[in-house]
Amino acid sequence: MTTTQQVPVASRLARALPMPAGAGLARMLVERNITSFRHGWIALVTGFAEPVFYLFSLGIGIGALVRTVTTDSGMVVTYPQFVAPALLAASAMNGAVMDSTFNVFFKLKYAKLYDAVLATPMGPRDVAVGEISWSLLRGGMYSAAFLVVALLAGAVRSWWALLALPAAVFIGFAFAAVGMFATTFMRSWVDFDYVTLAVQPMFLFSATFFPLSTYPDALQWLVRLTPLYHGVALERALVLGDVGWGVLGHVAYLLVLGAVGVVGAARRLERLLLS
Amino acid sequence: MSGDDDILLRASGLTKRFGDFVAVDGVDFEVRKGECFGFLGPNGAGKSSTMRMVGCVSPVSGGELRLFDLDPATDGPAIRARLGSCPQRDTLDEELTVEENLWVYGRYFGLSRKEVRARAAELLDFAQLTERAGDKVEPLSGGMKRRLTIARSLINSPEILLLDEPTTGLDPQARHVLWDRLFRLKRSGVTLVLTTHYMDEAEQLCDRLVVMDHGRIVAEGSPRELIEQHSTREVLELRFDVDDHARHAEQVSGIGERVEVLPDRLLVYAHDGDRASADVHARGVAPLSSLVRRSTLEDVFLTLTGRTLVD
Repeated sequence: MTTTQQVPVASRLARALPMPAGAGLARMLVERNITSFRHGWIALVTGFAEPVFYLFSLGIGIGALVRTVTTDSGMVVTYPQFVAPALLAASAMNGAVMDSTFNVFFKLKYAKLYDAVLATPMGPRDVAVGEISWSLLRGGMYSAAFLVVALLAGAVRSWWALLALPAAVFIGFAFAAVGMFATTFMRSWVDFDYVTLAVQPMFLFSATFFPLSTYPDALQWLVRLTPLYHGVALERALVLGDVGWGVLGHVAYLLVLGAVGVVGAARRLERLLLS
Repeated sequence: MSGDDDILLRASGLTKRFGDFVAVDGVDFEVRKGECFGFLGPNGAGKSSTMRMVGCVSPVSGGELRLFDLDPATDGPAIRARLGSCPQRDTLDEELTVEENLWVYGRYFGLSRKEVRARAAELLDFAQLTERAGDKVEPLSGGMKRRLTIARSLINSPEILLLDEPTTGLDPQARHVLWDRLFRLKRSGVTLVLTTHYMDEAEQLCDRLVVMDHGRIVAEGSPRELIEQHSTREVLELRFDVDDHARHAEQVSGIGERVEVLPDRLLVYAHDGDRASADVHARGVAPLSSLVRRSTLEDVFLTLTGRTLVD
């Protein structure tokens, strides 16, 4: 009795929610990407190398000039300790954005991969979830390797740092989702200049290399509005063991960003490919 | 004759609009189990739009469409699980090898790894690509890519195989190889639905077909029925050494049933082509060349629309 009444309610709910169709087969796209990646494993190495290079050039190099830094919460740490968690967050962003913009654009416009995928039972939601999951899987591996290097370099100070890995994956999720959403609006490779225009300032000014307090008040507020700032603050809190309730605010910001991205990307794919 | 159970695909008043443009304008057709059904028409006739709706990758704008008695609007994934789809442009995965293309595509249908491997081995054999199994897709010839695309679309053992312009862009030899494969499929009981703008392809493969023009169906039947209904048995083709063949149309008018003027020749529709040819010569008209042939679907199309299929 109850089940017969629940079915129409559930289907009405499904229609009311802005959730594009999927068949629960997103993992198959992840499997496809793993198969493809076996042919080009060299790309894995470069993704790992980038943050490590930054850590050694900036952390160790500038660290020799700048002895200690006082964080925004008043903690006094060495420069490598200050910069390592920020690099973790920034590389999670970079990896996710690269994957979800350049790679997805190529598959969407040139390889026509998703046209073939959507002729099977898979739906646009499977494509969005599958691509984002793949991006996270890759990003997670890079982050794990980077954390080990950071630990060896003496930049990790707390057991909270164990949570830094899932946090990095979470940051990747938010950026991959938004990146993919943005990609569905791109008309040609020229539009990718906007991606660089958004990512580069964030990388440099999200309290990545110096504390937020260095900026004038107005600028501080501007920085607080951007997503990478919340990623950096989250990672810094965890790696330095400086965890307060404010962390939840950063998590909430990134969660909303990611959710908007996933739903937006899937809906746009539906409009683009299932016309 | 055949019961309703035999009808796998049914469309009535099926319409596709893109903004103000009507690509498919209220078409009706039915496809029965085991037959090869074709859409013949020039580029832009609405064939591909129709195919995309049938493939459940393009929402219906109006009318009704049912596959296996299911509605694409609500049961898209369930329908697509039972379809094979071979798009006009190859959408093979160029980052994967030939056999990986089959494995991965089978996984998109939720098939197990074991199932996919066994099925892929059979299909590689069917597509005559076993020796290329471990190669990348990119260096394959056009014909091989097409065969791989067809093999890929069969990975889920579909009940209906949709082929959008299956041999466009292939050389004659590759086309014949492909037609042979499609015949085999049909003999094994797969229902084929194809679009083409080649009349020889339609004649070779289709049991029944509809002729489309400007989004509408202008005629329907078997190739032979269509020729019998809309054309004469034979055609006399006359070429003259002039730029404008219309000038000579008057000289031969009255011979045969009808005269059609093309940019490069005159077509005289007649039941007896040799007789028509003799009549032309008796009038003292001296064409550069004259040729008698049987009517084809091209002539049917020309009669119905006043235009040629391939321009």
